[in-house]
Formats: sequence, structure tokens, C-alpha cells
Amino acid sequence: MIREFSASDILFIASAARWTLILSAIAFLGGAIGGLGIALARTSGGTLLRRVAAGFIQIFQGTPLLMQLFLVYFGLAVVGLPINPLLAAAVALTFHASAYLGEIWRGAIEAVPSGQTEASMALSLSYTDRMRHVVLPQAMRLAVAPTVGFLVQLIKGTSLASIIGFTELTRAGQIINNATFKPFLVFGTVAALYFILCWPLSLLARRLEARMRRAVTR
Amino acid sequence: MYQFNFQPVFENLDLLLYGALLTVRLSLAAMVLGLAVSVMGAVGKTSGIRPLRWLIDVYVEVIRNTPFLVQIFFIFFGLPAIGISMSPNTAALVALVINVGAYGTEIIRAGIESIPRGQIEAGRALGLTPVQIFRYVVVKPALRNIYPSLTSQFIYLMLTSSVVSVISANDLASAGADLNARTFASFEIYLVLTVMYFLLALGFSTLFATIRRVFFTYPASR
Repeated sequence: MIREFSASDILFIASAARWTLILSAIAFLGGAIGGLGIALARTSGGTLLRRVAAGFIQIFQGTPLLMQLFLVYFGLAVVGLPINPLLAAAVALTFHASAYLGEIWRGAIEAVPSGQTEASMALSLSYTDRMRHVVLPQAMRLAVAPTVGFLVQLIKGTSLASIIGFTELTRAGQIINNATFKPFLVFGTVAALYFILCWPLSLLARRLEARMRRAVTR
Repeated sequence: MYQFNFQPVFENLDLLLYGALLTVRLSLAAMVLGLAVSVMGAVGKTSGIRPLRWLIDVYVEVIRNTPFLVQIFFIFFGLPAIGISMSPNTAALVALVINVGAYGTEIIRAGIESIPRGQIEAGRALGLTPVQIFRYVVVKPALRNIYPSLTSQFIYLMLTSSVVSVISANDLASAGADLNARTFASFEIYLVLTVMYFLLALGFSTLFATIRRVFFTYPASR
């Protein structure tokens, strides 16, 4: 039975957007913790630690997110866990976000002038104090703009969770399309909703970047 | 305990290798055509025609702020509703070209703007011909500036192209999906696919780094 595309369908799609947001939030929080670890390992003194972190970044930036999703999804069965699309998507996107945020934040940490680190060492601050009170606060200011930019990439990335069967914005669109067969309207609506989520973030990232550039050149 | 079974993968390795070849071909075709779109977009954006600039802005922003998956669904399933039907392979190529064209437009515009006016004037003052100025003062330094962004964009495009498997266009991910439907050795198949994509990405970034060393060591030699 093919029915009409109605206001309730738009409502269904729009309310599925909350799962896109929830998934993005989980991946971003997980990725922030993982990314901080990666960034600190990447800039640490230990050669092995630095190499492991670099390898992690290279693997996750050098393979498709879709393959990462499939691997985690089917990998759950390998380690004996029940197959669960939300869990698989959350884990895969967390790894993905950890690698990208780790790389962004590594750059920010390295951009803090080395004199700052040397000064903290001369003041005999411990590693934790040096990072917490001297290096990271300055790195954070540099990292804000690219981090917001990555958030856009992450929200778009959550659409791939639909392929392993998690019902977020894109999958809700597919479901409605199968019932109404109005692909032009349905996917147009889905695209518009993603645009509404992502565009403000893109504008914010650009504004922050411009402000940062002015601050640096001044 | 899970029993790994790589046999179906290795028995069908030729299919996967052919899939990898298709992925490389699709990505190269999309990059070349996408660059053509990007150059037109960048020239249009730096032109004085306001409606054209506005149109290009809309194109770039819409593509950059929506997922590729939705773009390909819209092109493959949505466009036939207004009379534009394409085969999966054509739709995949078109979607990738449109996608990379938007990112490329921004990269190339930045490249054009990275050449200060004064350098062109300096070239003229040195008595270079317009062709020489274009070649040595504009194109080469601009290319050198945008080369890293363009090459990483290509690798990103190649990884993104795995998404075209959702409309059953022919590529590496599709070859894997076909094999999975026949043998159900899912984890093993996707593990090998992931490794293959990684090797492709690694191979191309090594190639690009070599090209960069040969052609863009500057200003040592011309």
C-alpha cells in the first residue's frame, strides 16, 4: 500500500533527528576523552607511546568510516556480544572521533610555543600541572575552531549508522520513502534537516577561525 | 569461541582485487571531473557576477553541510521523480563529482587568492612574458600551495566512495557485500576490505609525497 507523504511523515523524520543528535553527542564525548588521550600520547616523551598513537590516527584516518562501522558491528559477534546497531555505531564513531580529534588537538598542543613548556619546567611544575595550567588552556583556544568544524563532519558521519540498521535521520527517511514512495520530497527533507543541524556549526567554525587569524596576525 | 574462517575471502581474492581496481578508477574519474567543476566554481566565485557567486555559494554550502549518503540517495532515488534517471554506476560518479566539486571549489579559490598581486606586478617588472608570469608566478606557486589539500581530498574521496555500495554501484565495498551475501564470513571479509582500503590510501599518499618532492621542491630548480 502506497500512502501519501503527509505532515506526520515530516514529523516522524524530524523526530528521528534526535537520534542523530544523541549519536553525535555520544561519539563526541567519547571522542573527546579518547582524542585527549591520543593527543597527549602523541606529544609525550615516550617513543612507543607516540608511535602507537600515530598508528591509531593513521589507521582510522586511512580507512572508510563505513568499513569501521561494519567491522565493529560484525566484531561484536566475534567477541560474543549481542549485535546491537546503536552500540556498534557509538563505538565505531567514538574511535573515528578519537582519531580525528586526537590529530586536531595534537596540532594545537604543538602550536603552543615551546618556551611555555620550558618555562614551566624551569618552574619545576609537574607534567600534570604543566599540561593542566599552562599548555592545554592555550592549546584549547587554538583548537576550538577546527573542533567545531569536525563536529559537522561527525554529524554527517552518523548518517552511515543507517546502513547497519540504526534508525536515525537518514534511516527514518528510507522508512518513510518505502511507505510513500516520494523519494524527491523525502530525501530533500532529510537533506534540509541535516543542513539545519550543520550549517550554523559551519558558520560558527568559520567565524571562530577568522577571529583566531586576526588574533594571531595582530 | 568464534571460529575465524578466511577461506572464502582468499578463494575470492581476485574479485576483491578487481573491486579495488574499480574503486581506484571511480575515484580518479571523480577527482578529474570534480577538479574541472572546482576550477569553474572557483573562477565563478572570484568573478564580479553577483548572482553567479551567490549560486556557487549555495552549491558549496549545501554539499558541505549534508551527508554524502543523503546526496547519493537524492541523486539515485530522488532525481528520477523529475525525469533524471541514471544507472547506479553513473549516479555514483555524478554524486562523487558534485561532492568533490564543492570541496575543491573552496581549495582552488584559496589557491588563487594565495598569490599576492605584487608578485604578478614584480614578474611584469622583470620583463617576463604573460605566459611566463602565468606559468611560473601564478600556476606553479598556487599549485604548490593547494597540493597538500588536493591530495588529502583525493584520499578522503576514495574512502568516501565506499558509500556508493549502498546503491550497488560497482566498487570494492560492493564486491565485499556480494561476497558477504554468498559466504556470510562477514567479519573476515570486512577486515580484509578495511586492510585493502588502508593499503590504497597508504599507496596513494606515498605516491603523492614522491610527486611533491620531485615537482615542488622550490625555489631550488624550475
